[in-house]
Amino acid sequence: MSPRTKPSWTPWLYLAPALVVLGGLLAYPIYQLGLISFFQYTQAQVSGGEPTSFQGLGNYAELFGDDQFWQVLGATVVFAAACVVSTLAVGCALAVLLTRVRAVPRLALMLAALGAWATPAITGSTVWLFLFDPDFGPVNRVLGLGDHSWTYGRFSAFFLVLLEVVWCSFPFVMVTVYAGIRAVPAEVLEAAELDGASQWRVWRSVLAPMLRPILVVVTIQSVIWDFKVFTQIYVMTNGGGIAGQNLVLNVYAYQKAFASSQYSLGSAIGVVMLLILLAVTLGYLRLLRRQGEEL
Amino acid sequence: MKLPSRLAALLAAAAVITACAPQTSSNSSSDKDEKTGTLRVWLFQEVGNKPKEKVVDSVVTAFEKDHEGTKVDIEYIPIETRAQRVKAAFNDPKSAPDVMEYGNTDTAGYVKDGGLLDVTKEFGAWSETKDTDPTARQSVTVDGKIYGAPFYVGVRALYYRTDVFEELGLEVPKTMDELAATARKIRAAEPELYGLVVGGAYTYGAMPFVWANGGEIAEGKGGSYASAIDSAAAQKGIKAYTSLFSDDNCPAAKCAGMGGNDTVTAFAAGKAGMAIGGDFSHTAVEAGKVKGKYAVVPLPGVRAGSVAPAFAGGNNIGVLKSTSHRTLAVELMEQLTSKKTQASMFEAMGFLPTFSDVRQQVAAKEPYVEPFAQTLSAGTKFVPASPAWAQIDSSLVLPTMFQEVISGKKDVAAASADAAKKMNDAFASMG
Repeated sequence: MSPRTKPSWTPWLYLAPALVVLGGLLAYPIYQLGLISFFQYTQAQVSGGEPTSFQGLGNYAELFGDDQFWQVLGATVVFAAACVVSTLAVGCALAVLLTRVRAVPRLALMLAALGAWATPAITGSTVWLFLFDPDFGPVNRVLGLGDHSWTYGRFSAFFLVLLEVVWCSFPFVMVTVYAGIRAVPAEVLEAAELDGASQWRVWRSVLAPMLRPILVVVTIQSVIWDFKVFTQIYVMTNGGGIAGQNLVLNVYAYQKAFASSQYSLGSAIGVVMLLILLAVTLGYLRLLRRQGEEL
Repeated sequence: MKLPSRLAALLAAAAVITACAPQTSSNSSSDKDEKTGTLRVWLFQEVGNKPKEKVVDSVVTAFEKDHEGTKVDIEYIPIETRAQRVKAAFNDPKSAPDVMEYGNTDTAGYVKDGGLLDVTKEFGAWSETKDTDPTARQSVTVDGKIYGAPFYVGVRALYYRTDVFEELGLEVPKTMDELAATARKIRAAEPELYGLVVGGAYTYGAMPFVWANGGEIAEGKGGSYASAIDSAAAQKGIKAYTSLFSDDNCPAAKCAGMGGNDTVTAFAAGKAGMAIGGDFSHTAVEAGKVKGKYAVVPLPGVRAGSVAPAFAGGNNIGVLKSTSHRTLAVELMEQLTSKKTQASMFEAMGFLPTFSDVRQQVAAKEPYVEPFAQTLSAGTKFVPASPAWAQIDSSLVLPTMFQEVISGKKDVAAASADAAKKMNDAFASMG
C-alpha cells in the first residue's frame, strides 16, 4: 500500500452491521457446506456411530462419475431456460398490456397477478395438480381428454410444472417491468408513434433498450429462481416423477442429502449449484459491461 | 502483491478445511445403570391412537408400581417425522429417549448409526422368546446379535370383491397366472374397475411376485450382501408384476406412480376388483364403500395351492445405547412387547402378535386374521439385514426399477441390472 491513499475505515464502519449479518447467515453456512462436501458425512458419522474421514475431492468424483447427475443437470438447465424465457415473455407482454387497458381491467389483471404471486408454492402446486387430475380435474373434462394422465410422460409432466412456475413467477416480472414502462417519458413513446412504429417495433427499439437495467435484474432473478426450483417439482411429480424422470438438481440434492442421509454428497451438489449460478450471473454481468452498459 | 496474498488466503483456507472436521456427536454407550429416575419412551402415533395409549398406560402403571422411584414418560411421535426425530436423538444423546419403537426395516441402519443397544443376552434369557416367530426374530437381528424385541408384524394378502366375483362367475385365483387372467376378466367386464390394482412405487406389493418365482432381493449373510435382483428367477417375477400395468388391467399412465396406500384407497373406494393389502389396511377398507362386499385370501404362489411369500413388515421396540438406566430400560422393553401386552394390543389396534402361539389364539377369535396368519405361517421374507438397505430403500432403487420397466424406458434385463448395480454400490460403501 502506498502512503498516499490512506485507507479510510469509515465506510467499513457503516457496512459492518450488514457484513456481520451476511457473514453469519451466508458465509458461515456456505463454509459449512463446502467443508462437509470434502468429508464422508452420512448419518453414521453425524451420530457418532463411525468416525468421519477426509475424502478430498472424493464426493465430487463420485458425483461427476454418476450418469444420473449429468442427466439431471442437463434437464435442470433446459427446464430453467424454458421457465425463464416463458416467464419473461408472459410478464413483459402483460406489462405492456397493462399500459394499454382501462382502469378496471387493469385493476382486475393486477389483482389476479398479485393473487398468484401471494399463493404459497405448495398450495399453488397442489391446486394445479388437482386441475390436471386424470379422474377429478376440470381441465381434462373441458378439453375432453378422458382420463389422460399429465404426470406420466416426462415432457408432459415438465410442461405441467412449467405452467405452474410461470404462473407464480410472472407477476414479479410484470409488476417490475410495468413500473419501468411508467417511468419512460411519454414524449419518447409519442415520437415513436408519430414515426409510425408498430407495437412490436416500439417494444424492440424504444422500450426494451430503455428498460435494459430492469430486464437484466428480472432475468438474473428468474434464472436463479428457476434453476433452484424445488417445491413445484417435489409436489407435482411426487419427488421426481416416474423412475426419477423429472428430477432437477435441487430435488436431486435433497434426495441425496436428506432422504438417503448422504449429507456430504448433497453438499457437493449444493456447491456445484452455487458455482454454476455464480458463473452464470458473473458471466452475464460481464457481457453487459463489455457492451458498454453500466447497470 | 495481489497474487501472493490470494495464494496465502487459499492456503489458509485449505489448512482450515483439513484441520477441522464437521461436527459429530460422541454417541458412545453410557456406562451408567441407575435403578431409579425417569425413563423416556418414544412410541409411534398411530391413526386412532387412543386404544394404543390405554394398553401402554396399563403396562406403565404396573411397571411403576413394581419399581419404586421410577417414572415412565411416554411420548407419541408422528410417523411421518420419525426419521428426523430418530436422527436427532442419535445426534444428541441428552435429548434421546431410553426406549423407542422403530420400523423393522430400519434395524440394521440404526445399528450402524450407533444408536441401538445390543440386548442379545437379555433376549435369550427371557422365557417368552422361545415362541417368537423366526421372521420376527430375524427382524431384530444384525450380524447374529439382537437389538430389540419384536412388537408386531404386518403382512399383505389378496383382497377381492365378493360381489364382483359372484356377478361375473369368477373363481378365487389359485395361482399367479390365474390371478392375472382373473384381473383381466374383471377389467374386460367392468371397464371402470381396475382388475388387480397395482402400484409402480409399491415395493412390498411387488416383491411377492419376485419371491414366488424364486428370486431374491439380495443374497449373502452378515456383512457381505450381493444383489440378486437381476437373476433369471427374479426377472421372471419382475416381468409377471410389471405385465399387470396394461390397459387391460391397470393402465400404466395411472398406476405407475401409485404407492401401497393409493392401491388400498382405490380398492376401498370400490374402484378395483382386487388389491394387495395388509392386515393393517383392514380398518381403512372397512371404512370404505366396499364394507361387507370383500374377502381376503393369501396371495397365490406360482403353483396351485402355494402361497406367495409375503414381506414381514412390522415394528420393534429397542433400547438406545445412550440410556443411563440399562437394566430398567431393557425390562420395560420386555414388558411393552410381552405376550400379554401383544394380545391386548391386538384387541386394541389389530396389530398381529409376533409370538406364534399368541397369534393362533387371536386368529381363532377374529376370523379376518386367518388369511394373514396363513400367509405368515407359509413363510415370509425380509429385506437384507444390512445398513445399506435404508439407503437403497430411500433412494428408491426398486420403485425406480419397476417404473422403468412399466413405462417402457428399459427392458426387464437392463432395469434389473441397473438396480443390482446400485444395490451393490450401496452394499460396498456401507459394508
